[in-house]
Amino acid sequence: MTAIWRGSGKIGTEHRWRLAGAGALLAVAVAFPLVFTNPAVSNYGVLTLVFVAAAVSWNIFSGYTGYISLGHAIFFGTGAYFTGVATKDWHVTGSDVFGLLPLAGVAAAIIAVPLGIVALRVRRHTFVVITIAFFFIFQLMAYNLPSLTQGTSGLLTPTINFDPTTFNNPFYYVALAVAVCMIVLSWLIRRSRFGLQLRAIKDDEDRARGLGVRPMRVKLSAFVISAVPMALLGGLWWYYIGIVDPSSGFDPLFDVAVALMAFLGGLGTVSGPVLGALILEPAQLYFTQQVTSGYVYLILYGALFLVVILMLPRGIIPTGAELITGWRERRARSANPPPPGQPASSAAGRLSGRESGATRELA
Amino acid sequence: MTQYAQAVTDGILGGAVYALMAAGLTLIFGVLDIINIAQGILVVLAAYLSYALSVHLHIDLLVGLLITIPSMFALGLFIEWAFMRRLRGRERTAMSLLVSYAVAVIIEGSLYQAFGVTQVSLKAWYITSSVHIFGFYLADIYLIGFGLAAVSLTAIYFMLYRTKFGRSVRATMQDRTAARLVGINVDRVSGLTFGIGVAVTAAGGMVFGATNVFNADSGYDLISRLLAIVILGGLGSIGGAMAAALIMVTGEEIVNIWAPTWSTAVFYAALVIVLVIRPEGLLGKRAVRAQ
Repeated sequence: MTAIWRGSGKIGTEHRWRLAGAGALLAVAVAFPLVFTNPAVSNYGVLTLVFVAAAVSWNIFSGYTGYISLGHAIFFGTGAYFTGVATKDWHVTGSDVFGLLPLAGVAAAIIAVPLGIVALRVRRHTFVVITIAFFFIFQLMAYNLPSLTQGTSGLLTPTINFDPTTFNNPFYYVALAVAVCMIVLSWLIRRSRFGLQLRAIKDDEDRARGLGVRPMRVKLSAFVISAVPMALLGGLWWYYIGIVDPSSGFDPLFDVAVALMAFLGGLGTVSGPVLGALILEPAQLYFTQQVTSGYVYLILYGALFLVVILMLPRGIIPTGAELITGWRERRARSANPPPPGQPASSAAGRLSGRESGATRELA
Repeated sequence: MTQYAQAVTDGILGGAVYALMAAGLTLIFGVLDIINIAQGILVVLAAYLSYALSVHLHIDLLVGLLITIPSMFALGLFIEWAFMRRLRGRERTAMSLLVSYAVAVIIEGSLYQAFGVTQVSLKAWYITSSVHIFGFYLADIYLIGFGLAAVSLTAIYFMLYRTKFGRSVRATMQDRTAARLVGINVDRVSGLTFGIGVAVTAAGGMVFGATNVFNADSGYDLISRLLAIVILGGLGSIGGAMAAALIMVTGEEIVNIWAPTWSTAVFYAALVIVLVIRPEGLLGKRAVRAQ
């Protein structure tokens, strides 16, 4: 897929354009709560950024390695509960709570290592199901350990005395910081040797092992890297929403939503999960608010979901990139047709190398 | 001691119904190489069908099966034809999960819309009665469920091992490409298998609805249990699914005596422990070279 990304020939210009685009997007993101001061609007911003960061982090593990985890809500919920319990026990107040978030990340890493060691022994569907099993064990623990989690009544946040007109802003910028860090990290990993090893595992794990990749070590590192930000986001989300209970902290729909965002944008790409989250989270918030008549929104959501997966099986970014490359080549070919006997390089031809691209690069 | 014996009896009788629902899931996996996340909500849908037939048309639950089994079979054929058949390529595993999840969400929304959130349960004279044998009280509905599961599983067994169609199903399970090469219509086999896998939810749903209160939300609990069962048994192994269902439901009943709030954890804890020791599940085949 690197072939598409680096474009054809004009690497320098394209790279500069992409950087400029990312910079412009960042500027828009920074200015957003200053322009839209309405709390109802910046609420969309906070929740969307939480999901941008979550989808990018999830993609670093599941997108790059092909191991689809439906258990990352474990780390999200752990982060929420860790921050909640620590805030209560250590009497932390105000914006000091944000200082607890890195600790929540450490807690998630400590949990992620044993979970990863057990779960990463199995592949494909079995891996998916074992992550679901872990997820339910954690949810049940949240229900059944009320001395720690307050059970179904939930853990409340202490009173927050932020200025009500700009209440959302601290949350917004923390979420933005996490999101930007994760996007940069995702981009760095994708270009690194580590990222190449991850993608080699996705292509063919046994072959990657033969080429000298240590799959367990590499997979586990990616698993832990993607678990840590989930806990940060969980803690932030708890402080923002004001309460966490077992069904909202450990929410199966969280995993499905994050996976769907990555799929919609393009699994295993850097920008795909960002785009997917930017489209889906506001859409979902809007749906649930507007379509209040019963459960029609569930039906609409499911139908939209089906259309997207069946129409854009590889996600928006890869499909779009393919279309653009194809269009450019057609134009280039019509401008100066290739000499006879020399086959025209087509998008499809270049893409066919994609299947074992990572393993070939490693070899 | 009596309570343990009772727990084991209940576990075996109740486990048989889970075995039937899980057999459908594992059969679909074996042939199509996809996990049908919608299986849980399909069970609930079947339960609601039985409910609607008995409440609105006053059709007895058992007689109603004559209508619900073909309906669920047809629905299975449709889902396979409309969605599953269109999945191709490298991300097929993950996409099949998402597609069947989307189907589940649509069914869930429709059920909420049609029946509301209030939990209901099925009613019939044999649901509240029980028989007294050897000092045990056995609820009639559990015996009926066990009977239905036994009959259906035997029928599936004969279908698989004694018919020509069954042979093509098993061939497709072993090697899809080779099956196609020897002239098996793999698409037709896949469609019918999906239909059969979904049809078993009709009987399962009827018994589930009779022994539990349910609403559209019950699908999540069901599918997570069924997934734990099929993985523990070894994906694609019907015998494994049956064994795992009996072991897990019995285990749950026994733990229920000691610590009722933790009994649901038995499913997931057992799964994790078994997979640490045997990654391919109880009766699963070790994948020679998994993609």
